[in-house]
Amino acid sequence: MLRIHCPVCGLRDETEFTYGGDATMRRPDMTESDPKAWVDYVFIRDNPRGPHKEYWHHVTGCRQWLIVKRDTLTHEISGSYLAREVADLADEVAA
Amino acid sequence: MTARRLPSGGRIDRSRTIRVQFDGRSFVAHPGDTLASALLAGGQTLLARSFKYHRPRGLMAAGVEEPHALVHLRDGNRHEPNAQATMVEAFDGLKSTSQNAWPSLQFDVGAVNGLMSRFFGAGFYYKTFIGPLKGTGFWMFWERLIRRAAGMGRATTLDDPDHYEKINAFCDVLIAGTGPAGLAAALAAGRKGENVILVEQDHVLGGSLLNEQAGAPSDTWLSHAEAELRDLPNVRILSRTTAFGAYDTEVFGLVERFQDHVRAPEAGKPRQRYWLVRTKRAILATGAIERPMVFAGNDVPGVMLASAVRKYLNRYAVLAGKNVVVATNNDSAYTPALELAKAGAKVVICDLRRNIPAGLADSVKKAAIDLRLGQAVLKAEGGKSVRGTYIVPVDSNGRATAKGTRVICDLVAVSGGWAPALHLWSQRFGKPQYHASLDAFLPPAEKGAFLCVGSLAGAASLQEALSQGHAAGGSIGREPSLSGPDDFWGRDLMPVTVITKADGSTPGKAFVDFQHDVKLADVDQAYLEGYVSVEHLKRYTTSGMAADQGKTSNLNALARMATLRGMEIPSVGTTTFRPPYTPVAIGAIVGHDHGLYFRPTRLSTIHDWHKENAAEMIEAGAWLRPWYYPAKGENIRGAYIREAAHVREHVGIVDVSTLGKIAAQGPDTAEFLNRMYANGFKTLEIGRLRYGVMLREDGFIMDDGATARLGQNDYFMSTTTANAAKVLAMAEHLLQTAWRDLKVHVTTVTDQWAAIAIAGPKSRDLLTAVTKADLSKETLPNNHLAYVLVADVPCRLHRMSYSGELAYELYIPAKSGRKVWEALVAAGAPFNLKPYGTEAMGALRIEKGHVAGAEIEGRTTMKDLGLEAFASSKKPFVGSVLRKRPVLEDPKRPSLVGLEIIGNTGAKAGSLLFSLNGPTKGHGEGWVSSTTYSPALKKNIALALLARGPARIGETIQVVDFLGSQTLQAKVVSHHFFDPEGHRQNG
Amino acid sequence: MNHYSALSILRHGLTGNRHWSRAWRDPAPKPSYDVVIVGGGGHGLATAYYLAKEHGIRNVAVLEKGWLGGGNTGRNTTIVRSNYMMPGNTMFYERSMQLWENLSQDLNYNVMISQRGQYNLCHSPAQMDAARRRGNIMRANGIDAELFDRAEVMRRIPYLDYSENARFPIHGAIYQGRAGTARHDAVAWGYARGADKHGVDLIQQCEVVGYIWDKDRIVGVETTRGPIRAKKVALAVAGHTGHLAGKAGLRLPVETHVLQAFVTEPLKPMVDSVISFGAAHFYISQSDKGGLVLGGDLDGFNSYAQRGGLPIVEHTLHSAKALMPSLSRLRLLRHWAGVMDMSMDGSPIIGKMPVEGLWLNGGWCYGGFKATPASGYCFAWTIAKDEPHPDNAEFTLERFERGCQIDEKGAGPQPNAH
Repeated sequence: MLRIHCPVCGLRDETEFTYGGDATMRRPDMTESDPKAWVDYVFIRDNPRGPHKEYWHHVTGCRQWLIVKRDTLTHEISGSYLAREVADLADEVAA
Repeated sequence: MTARRLPSGGRIDRSRTIRVQFDGRSFVAHPGDTLASALLAGGQTLLARSFKYHRPRGLMAAGVEEPHALVHLRDGNRHEPNAQATMVEAFDGLKSTSQNAWPSLQFDVGAVNGLMSRFFGAGFYYKTFIGPLKGTGFWMFWERLIRRAAGMGRATTLDDPDHYEKINAFCDVLIAGTGPAGLAAALAAGRKGENVILVEQDHVLGGSLLNEQAGAPSDTWLSHAEAELRDLPNVRILSRTTAFGAYDTEVFGLVERFQDHVRAPEAGKPRQRYWLVRTKRAILATGAIERPMVFAGNDVPGVMLASAVRKYLNRYAVLAGKNVVVATNNDSAYTPALELAKAGAKVVICDLRRNIPAGLADSVKKAAIDLRLGQAVLKAEGGKSVRGTYIVPVDSNGRATAKGTRVICDLVAVSGGWAPALHLWSQRFGKPQYHASLDAFLPPAEKGAFLCVGSLAGAASLQEALSQGHAAGGSIGREPSLSGPDDFWGRDLMPVTVITKADGSTPGKAFVDFQHDVKLADVDQAYLEGYVSVEHLKRYTTSGMAADQGKTSNLNALARMATLRGMEIPSVGTTTFRPPYTPVAIGAIVGHDHGLYFRPTRLSTIHDWHKENAAEMIEAGAWLRPWYYPAKGENIRGAYIREAAHVREHVGIVDVSTLGKIAAQGPDTAEFLNRMYANGFKTLEIGRLRYGVMLREDGFIMDDGATARLGQNDYFMSTTTANAAKVLAMAEHLLQTAWRDLKVHVTTVTDQWAAIAIAGPKSRDLLTAVTKADLSKETLPNNHLAYVLVADVPCRLHRMSYSGELAYELYIPAKSGRKVWEALVAAGAPFNLKPYGTEAMGALRIEKGHVAGAEIEGRTTMKDLGLEAFASSKKPFVGSVLRKRPVLEDPKRPSLVGLEIIGNTGAKAGSLLFSLNGPTKGHGEGWVSSTTYSPALKKNIALALLARGPARIGETIQVVDFLGSQTLQAKVVSHHFFDPEGHRQNG
Repeated sequence: MNHYSALSILRHGLTGNRHWSRAWRDPAPKPSYDVVIVGGGGHGLATAYYLAKEHGIRNVAVLEKGWLGGGNTGRNTTIVRSNYMMPGNTMFYERSMQLWENLSQDLNYNVMISQRGQYNLCHSPAQMDAARRRGNIMRANGIDAELFDRAEVMRRIPYLDYSENARFPIHGAIYQGRAGTARHDAVAWGYARGADKHGVDLIQQCEVVGYIWDKDRIVGVETTRGPIRAKKVALAVAGHTGHLAGKAGLRLPVETHVLQAFVTEPLKPMVDSVISFGAAHFYISQSDKGGLVLGGDLDGFNSYAQRGGLPIVEHTLHSAKALMPSLSRLRLLRHWAGVMDMSMDGSPIIGKMPVEGLWLNGGWCYGGFKATPASGYCFAWTIAKDEPHPDNAEFTLERFERGCQIDEKGAGPQPNAH
């Protein structure tokens, strides 16, 4: 069981969260009409073996979406941030 | 059988006598005994039959590593198979029986397998029973017989009468093991003020110290240490508790066998507790497990680990044998040898080594022990108990170099070195490091938040173990000081455990894995056949795959393969250990979450009324909803037809509290809804409602529901019962990531509102009577809302229809749900009001052609379901681009139609559609999604998805239910069966 | 090489089992091959076997970074079935089932196919309807399926919870009698031995670290045992597909997730079929050795660690006791994990990649084991003929942009939901 730090609620069990996948995917602008951009966003993943930035939703807590830095090989978590406070989702989140 | 209990000594409570049973025979025991020590004390040396060859087996060990002595424990609904006799605390009235033997343990027919063993080698099944013909029949015929012979214990089919608890715990440091290292660590950490959880699988603390003779100097230290720890409020001691698993982020699973040492748990007490512990750091002091040697007959009852012999002697005062051969390759077996001699046994030591430390040689000489250096046991002789050994001089590879001598004995005490119990460490971190001088795998002293101390970390003396523990705990207070025997196994160990004849073979079966009956010859054969990597070896021979997870076998199997391949052990590999460390009862992990409490049940605030009024309830996800309200003697079909017809003629109410409800508030809510839903929401006025369809990002339909605009910045969304959580999560995700420009907050209000749908031509009259409000067509047209009082409860009344009738939804503060429902029922009498359930609601919506979960099944588009008209072409929305992918625009896709079934029999949902004269093969041209008998149309109707559906209206097709052997014909019609113009709902 | 039979066992037994020969050779890699298959699991080995046997392409190497069958082939819950309803899946899995049924004879290796039947329990009328649709599609495609009501399920598998205490009462079940289990390791070894017999080089301890390129075409692989050139490079590396495809510049509709499996202590026979719970992701069967084999849900987050967590242990054991209350006093012996390619629609990808010279077989989610024979058969066909077999024609990479997701669960593009 992972223990995830929620910037609002503190260190909590994985079971309070649901997983939301790769957080570096940038959702195309609403006006984007090229299907390719949407196919990329919806279906295609880098799926790295190692450091990963990913969404977790604190569903049974504060209901905030977090961006968590976690290693997919070791499960080590090195940071977590409120998604709404991260400047640019695709860029390196502030340390 | 001779009694082997010594007249004094041990750590048992001789002041009390208890009785335990094995195979119907009664044995005297004392508190402090295990089932194993009690049976051994009573001379019962035959305890089990082996897995494959049904060989007689006794005790090999005295702890978790015991591979042989698995028994059935207790009986009736507390029956439990495969209990390790060495881990079962003796209690008065304990009942145990042998398993895997027929007709009896003494005479077991299955032993005939042993005669055929040369044919049952590694890979036996893979090479046989293939059969002369095609197909699986030949193998399956044999498999039935094989399965019956396999397995070990027999399980009960009765429900477990005991209960279990789960405890969530947090600490600064978790310490596993209360041997000297663990206790020293706990003392230091406890003094430091850390929150400590100290875990011990035994019922008493002390670990290896308990194997010392009672009254040893360490006893004083032990009692002081325990007293100090028990005085520290920040130290929690969990005995009878096993740390079974180490997981990510320093989470541990423990099982406390709280009431397993009594006949049945005391009233109100759980049998076991599952502790889920989150710690900041962990100190592992789990000790080491002695390693057996591999020689012919090494499984005969009476061949035991030297450490076990010592434990039975010193802790339980049981002398396991009077004529003892000690076989060793290291110093550690000398202490038991000396103690056995002192206790009156005649002892012969054969040590593989040609030289041993002078001190040891002196002390064995003084004890008149016959010491034979450079010699080893080639064979233990005997059937149901050991009768003697054949001892030979061996070379540095463990091969006999000359003829040997026969030594009569009734006990062989073996030490092939030790294996640190690094299971928890390995579960968490994977592969440990091989240390050639110790011939063992060791964890590093420190990794991440884990420290390893004591024998686990290869401590060379009692003092070193104490020092390591003290340092790991934080070095607070005085470092404990104790001297123990100078017999460290790793000092001059000769890394040989396999004893063979000069040609490399064994004169009889020599076991590598005892519990799975894997012989040395099986390892050799696996080598010949190329199954040489450790994982292949393990899987091909099944060595290490038994219930003991190879605690005594892994290293010896590896060592043999390394020898055969001419490699070092680490080049062959090591297996990683998987949780749990020792088997864990399923019930313990489940705790209270079983039966009705397997999952939470969500209930509407009107639930009790439904039950009181004889509603049949049905699961809807986590909810229970009223399915139908049967009149006396009425079945579901009678009930739903009656209820649905009643709604169309009079008025009905249905509890729709389970609908998902979301409050969406903020200045940009209109824009938010406009993006979420396929249809436009910008023009929705205050006080009005709009039906909306929501897509997934990939363009398929996700959900539908109505949204009400309550105020300038205040909206109330409703979702289907099933998708409420999904819709909210998606809304929150978009608002907190891609749509952070929108000032909108969403929150669930599902539990804040009860909801009742009121439908039927008399619904307005009823509501007018109840609310005294003007609800005329002009003041409250369809898709408008009003605020009303019902039974003094302020409610919101939405005029909208799911049934196609004149209908309303009443939203009520949740706590008043039942009050308002009863008020409606009371006021409804003159209008002939009746409640209806979800089955009738389904019939009504099918008549009306509304889609529901059966149609919105994750693979259908707006076009497929005839909802294209709702999709705005003027704005982008979630899924608006991907819903136009080429295959989704194909007109041949199955699309929503109505079916009128020809004849008197209804179709079954899930039937397939075929052209009238076409072949009924393949995937069909579509499928039936929802069916009902329509009381309004007096017909059996259905909703279906049919290829090119809307273009085929008027066609007659086949409806085939292969499973029910039913072929029907149906006319394709519009899915708007009933009142397609909507006169009734708009009236 | 030894032919396996009862007679061979007898003969070798009588001569002390000292004359068995290797099940497969241990060759050094050659500088080049016609086809290099990356991944020595069931799928890669089956592909090599069928390439040689069906298409006469024998100059083939299978490169395995660890040991044959050491990935998911040896970590699954051994269930085989062909109860798929989506076009593109149905006949593929049925081909697999038909290959399973004769696999032991074909390979001269008993892979212990035990067609003991599988029940998918239904706990609501809606689930019964969905089961009927699935079963009807199976039957219309010539696949066996039966739908049982509650009473019939109760008669056949009486040891489940039919009491008032059951949180999700059993309404019925869909049953496939030909479904069952196979001995997972034997499948890898049987294919390995078969491929080797046809001349395929099986090279263990050989990790692919990159590709050899000729302009923008892949012409071989760089390995820890040196460069190996190949006319065609084919990936069959479940769990690591994204990683190896990434080295070729491909991004895939795949996430890697961890899935756990569980086994109890060995018991005398008590569960004779494969039973899948319908109220939670859970299934149970009993191995020939007597252990109850349990499967549950994914841990749910991207992971390449072959290690699972307690939430799924709890979830799985909760489900076990909910379904069969008498399991309570039995003990869990071991739980382990494998890493899965979870695709965006729950279905696999088999075919030629947009990068010249590269073929790919992946995205198996957790359905890979039962697919092993058909996967190998169809992948071999695709590699040999440069076009897909009709049974894997739908498993393209392009299906996501075309809009033909093969979504057996209707769960949408969320890998951990499939």
